[in-house]
Amino acid sequence: MIADDTQTCQPLAGGQSLMPMLNLRVAQPEVLVDLNRIAALSFIEIQNDVVHIGAMVRYTALMHSPLIDKHVPLLAMALPYIAHQAVRNRGTIGGSVALADPAAEMPAVLKALAATIVVVSAHGQREIPAEAFFLGIYETALDEGELVHSIKIPLATSGHRFGFYELARRHGDYAMAGVAVSAQSINPCTELSIVFFGVADQPLRAVDAQAVLEGCAISDNAALTAAQQSLPAELMLGDTGVSADTRLQLARVALKRALLSMAD
Amino acid sequence: MTGPLHRFDQPGTYIGRSVERADASRLVEGEGTYVDDLQLPRMTHAAFVRSQHAHAKIKHIDVDAARAHTGVVAVFTGADINPLVKPYVGILTHLQGLRSPPQLPMADQVVRCQGEPVVMIVAQSRAIAEDACELVQIEYEPLKALVSAEQALDKDAPTIHPELDNNTAWVREIDVGDASAAFSRADVTVVERTFLFGRHTGVTVEPRSVVVEYNRSDNTMVFHYSGQAPHMMQAILAKHLDFAEENVRVVTRDVGGSFGIKIHTYGDEIATAVAAKLLRRPVKFIADRLESFTSDIHARDHRIQGRIGVDSDGRIVALEIDDLTGIGPYSMYPRTSAIECNQILNLTGAPYQIDHYRARGTVVFQNKNMMCQYRAVGHPVAMAVCDSLLEEVAGEIDMDVVDIRRRNLIADDAYPVTSATGMKFADLSHQQSLERLVELMNYDQLRADQSDRRKKGCYRGIGLVSMVEVTNPSPMFYGVGGAPISAQDGATVRLDAAGALHVSCSITESGQGTHTILAQIAADVFGVDIARVKVSTGDTAHVPYGGGTWASRGAGIGGESVLLAADALKAQVLEVASSILQTTPDTLDIENGVVVNADGDDKISLDELGKIVYYRGNELPAGVNAELIATRHYRVTDYPFVFTNGAMAAHVEVDIETGFIKVLDFWVVEDCGRVINPKLVDEQIRGGVVQGIGGALYEECLYDEEGQYLNATMADYLVPMAGEMPDIHIAHIETPTCTSTLGAKGAGEAGTGGAPAAILNAVNDALRPLNASIFQMPMTPERVLNALKA
Ligand SMILES: Cc1cc2nc3c(=O)[nH]c(=O)nc-3n(C[C@H](O)[C@H](O)[C@H](O)COP(=O)(O)OP(=O)(O)OC[C@H]3O[C@@H](n4cnc5c(N)ncnc54)[C@H](O)[C@@H]3O)c2cc1C
Repeated sequence: MIADDTQTCQPLAGGQSLMPMLNLRVAQPEVLVDLNRIAALSFIEIQNDVVHIGAMVRYTALMHSPLIDKHVPLLAMALPYIAHQAVRNRGTIGGSVALADPAAEMPAVLKALAATIVVVSAHGQREIPAEAFFLGIYETALDEGELVHSIKIPLATSGHRFGFYELARRHGDYAMAGVAVSAQSINPCTELSIVFFGVADQPLRAVDAQAVLEGCAISDNAALTAAQQSLPAELMLGDTGVSADTRLQLARVALKRALLSMAD
Repeated sequence: MTGPLHRFDQPGTYIGRSVERADASRLVEGEGTYVDDLQLPRMTHAAFVRSQHAHAKIKHIDVDAARAHTGVVAVFTGADINPLVKPYVGILTHLQGLRSPPQLPMADQVVRCQGEPVVMIVAQSRAIAEDACELVQIEYEPLKALVSAEQALDKDAPTIHPELDNNTAWVREIDVGDASAAFSRADVTVVERTFLFGRHTGVTVEPRSVVVEYNRSDNTMVFHYSGQAPHMMQAILAKHLDFAEENVRVVTRDVGGSFGIKIHTYGDEIATAVAAKLLRRPVKFIADRLESFTSDIHARDHRIQGRIGVDSDGRIVALEIDDLTGIGPYSMYPRTSAIECNQILNLTGAPYQIDHYRARGTVVFQNKNMMCQYRAVGHPVAMAVCDSLLEEVAGEIDMDVVDIRRRNLIADDAYPVTSATGMKFADLSHQQSLERLVELMNYDQLRADQSDRRKKGCYRGIGLVSMVEVTNPSPMFYGVGGAPISAQDGATVRLDAAGALHVSCSITESGQGTHTILAQIAADVFGVDIARVKVSTGDTAHVPYGGGTWASRGAGIGGESVLLAADALKAQVLEVASSILQTTPDTLDIENGVVVNADGDDKISLDELGKIVYYRGNELPAGVNAELIATRHYRVTDYPFVFTNGAMAAHVEVDIETGFIKVLDFWVVEDCGRVINPKLVDEQIRGGVVQGIGGALYEECLYDEEGQYLNATMADYLVPMAGEMPDIHIAHIETPTCTSTLGAKGAGEAGTGGAPAAILNAVNDALRPLNASIFQMPMTPERVLNALKA
C-alpha cells in the first residue's frame, strides 16, 4: 500500500502528532496505514555493541526498560521531558524520528549519540546515520515509500558522561531551547557531542562549541564562556513566543547548565 | 464573624459545610449531557467558512461546488441569513455616548475581523460540512487592517465603519477633587508607569455549542446551548428572529466551563438558529478549538498610563489613569464591550482612601476579534495598575508594602463609604484581610529569607494586592441600560408526595457547584436531608425567570431566592400540618423531614403529609387548600452592587538568565460574606487564581500586523497547567452582606481579579535589586529578559 503511488498514504504510529494534523486538516492523506498492530516493530534488544529499538516502541516502554536505563542513559534522561504520560503511552520513537520536529527531544538525542536509523521499503532495507537523517523542519532523508523500521544506538561505556537540559514554559511542552550532550570523558572533555533542539530548523550540532571545549575541563569557565559565544546566532529561529535573539540566550544557558550538570 | 448569632451559625446545618457535590461522580464518570451529546432525528451539522482577512471587501462568493458536494444539505451566505435577522446593537443607554453600528450574524459585503462567518455549510455530518467548506471560493479585496488600538485612534486612520466619523466607540472621564494640584504639591512623591495587558480568552473545555430545533406547525424554537443566561438568550432570539418570546425555549444542560465566554450574541449561533428555521431540521453547531480561539470573545487588551502621588507619610493623595482599549469591530451585544473599561475606571484604587482621582477611558474599534466580558471583568487590570503603582511608590519612599497599605486601606469601621467614583461600599474588611494575610504567609520570615537569598544571587519576590470586587449586581448593571438581562432571580420549591423537595432556579450550573449550594440552602431552611433535594436549572420552560450565572451572583442572588422560597414553603407546609394535627403552625417546625412540635417530638413525616395532600385529600378539612409549592424572587436593592473584598500575595522566583518565573506560593484571604460551602468557595478561588496566573504569565491572543491570529491552538496558546501551579493557601473573613438574609456575596471572580496584580508585584519585587521592572502581561521569559537588558 505504501509502495502504491496512485494514492497518498501515510503511516499511523502513535498518532500523537498525526491525529492533531488530521484534525487541523494539515495532513490529508487518502489512506492511513496503521502500524500499531505490527508486533515486529516493537522490540528493544542488544545486538553486539548497539541497542536496537523497533520504530513502534512507545516512550513509556522505553522509560520502563532496564536496557535503556543501563545502556542509553541520555535517552532515559530525555524521555520524561516528552509531553505527558498520556501522550507517552501512545507516542513512538519511530514516529518522532519520522516526523523530525526540530523541537523534539528524540532526534537531538539520537544525533548526539551517533545513532543509525534503519529504514525499509518494498525495495529492501538501508541504514542512515542520524547525522544525515534530519534535514529540516519535518524533513528527513526518508524516500517516498520508505518506513522507519528501527533505530540502533551505540552502547554507552563506563566512562561515558551525559548531560541534558531543556527549557520549556510548561512541563511537557516542546522545548524553547534544549541540548543533549555526550562525552567520552569530561576531565578533560573528549569526543564531545553537543546537539541542540528547539533552536534551529533541525537538531543542531554545535560544532564550534565542541571544538572549543575539547581537551578542556568541563567546569573550565573560560572555555564554557567561549563555547557559549560560539553558538551560531544566524541559525537560531524565532517564533511567536521567542525571538531568535532570546533563543540564542536560552541556548547558551541550556548549554552551560547541561555541562555543569555533568561535572557534578 | 460580626453580628449576633445567626440561624445559620447553629451546628448541624448544611450551610457552612463542605457538602460533596451530588453531580460530581456523574460528571467524572462521563455521564454528563453536553450539547454535543444531543442526537436528534434528522439532525444536521453546521460548519462555517470564516474570513481569513482582518479587513476586506467580499467581491465574489462561489458556493456551487460546495452545494454539489455529497452530503451537503444547504449552503447559506449572509444574503440568505441576514435578512431574517433584525440587526442588533451593542449599546447600553447608561454608558452615555457609547456607539456601535448594527450587527448581523454573517458578513455582509465587508469583513471586519478574521474569523467572521462568511459562508455556512449545513451537512449530514460536521466532517462533510468541513470538506465542503474547502470547496467554497471567496474573492476578497483586502482593505487596510487597523490592528492596534493606537492605529485605530490615529486621526488619519480610515474608519472601520463608513457611517461613523472615527473609530472611537466610547470615552468616559472622571475627575474628582483636584488631582493636578495634589500631584504638584512639594511633599508629594509621584510615580508614573505605563501598563500593557495582553488579550486573552476563556478557553472553556466544552466549546460554544448549540443545537437548534424549529417546529413549523406551532412556530416554536428550542435552542439547546452551552451557556450561562438562558432567559437572556430567549429574549434575544425572540426579538431578533421575530418570535413571540414564549415560543422560544432555551435549554442548558451540563456546561463545561463558561467564564463569561458564553453569555454573548455570537453570529454563528444566531445563523444556526436561522438555518434550523429555514431547513425545518435540527442544526448542530459545535465550535472547534480554532473557531473558539478566533471567535470566542477576548478580554483585557488595555494600555494604561497610571500615576500615583503619596505624601511623606505614604498616604495616597492622588491617582490618575488613562486607559486605551481596542474592542474589535463592534461592541458585543447585549452587554457591550465598554463594560471592562467602565469597571476599570470605577474600581482602580477602590480599596483605598483617595480624595483626588482622575480617569479617562477610550474604547476604540479595530480589526480584531471582539472583546467583551470575561471572568473578573476589568478587575485584574484595575488591581494590577493601582497596586503596582502603590508598591512602586512605596519603593520610591522606602516604605514596606504592607505598611503603605495599612496607611491607606479604608478602615473596617468606616462603612458605609462612597468611593471617589461614587461606588457605595458596605460590609468590607480590608484591614482584617490584610492582617490575616500577613500572618498566613508569614510575611516577616519571607522577607528575611528573600534578603539571604539575594546575597547568593537568587531573586525571589513578594507581591501583594488588596481587592474590591463587584458581585451580586442590581438592575443598575445592565437592565437600567435597556438590555434584556435580569438582575433578579427566582426559585420554586415544591414538596412531592414522597416528602422530597424539588428546587428549580433561574441561575445556572457551569460546573461551579451551583446545584449543591442551592440544595444546601433549601435543605437547611426547609429542614430535610440534602439527599432529598433535587435541583434543576437551565430550562426556560421550567424555571422561574431570572438572570443566570455571571458577575459572581449565583449564590448571592439565586441562593437568596431559594432561601425565600424554602422559607415560604415551610410556612405553607406547617399551615397544612397544623390543620392535620389540629394545632397552630407556630407550635410546629420541620426537622429532618418530619414535622415536630415545640418539644421536638415527631408529629407527622413529610412523606405522610405529602400522601395526605396528594392522594387522600379527603382527610383534609374542606377549607384547607394545601399549596405545597412556593416561588420567590430576589434582587439587590439599595445598593447597585454588593462589593466584596480580599487580599492576596504571591511569592515568586525569577531566573534572571532565562527570564523564567516560578510561582512558589500563593495566599488568599477572601471575604465573600457567608461561606455556604467552604470547599466549593476555595476551589472557585483556586481556579480563579490559576486563571489569573494564566493572564499574568502565559495567556495571550497574538495577532500579526495584518490582523492574523498567530496562536490558535492549545500548543501555542499557553494555558496554565497544574504542574506549574503553586500551592494556593486560602483563609476567609466572613462579613455577611446586609442586603440579604443569607449574607452571601460573590466569590467566583476573586482569584482571577487579584492574582495578576500579586504576581506582577512579586516579579518586580524580585527584579528591584537589579534595577529592572516589567509592566506588561503576560510576563513571558522574553519580556523579562528584555526588562533585564533595559
Ligand atoms: C500534548 C502533546 C505534547 C507533545 N509534546 C512533545 C514533546 O515535548 N516532545 C516531543 O518530542 N514530542 C511531543 N509530542 C509529540 C509526540 O511525541 C508524538 O508522539 C511524536 O512526535 C510522534 O510519534 P507518534 O508515534 O505519535 O507518530 P504519529 O503521530 O503517528 O506520526 C507522526 C508522523 O510520522 C509518520 N510516521 C510514524 N511512524 C512512522 C514510521 N515508522 N515510518 C515512517 N513514517 C512514520 C506519520 O505518518 C506522521 O507523519 C507531543 C504531542 C502532544 C499531543
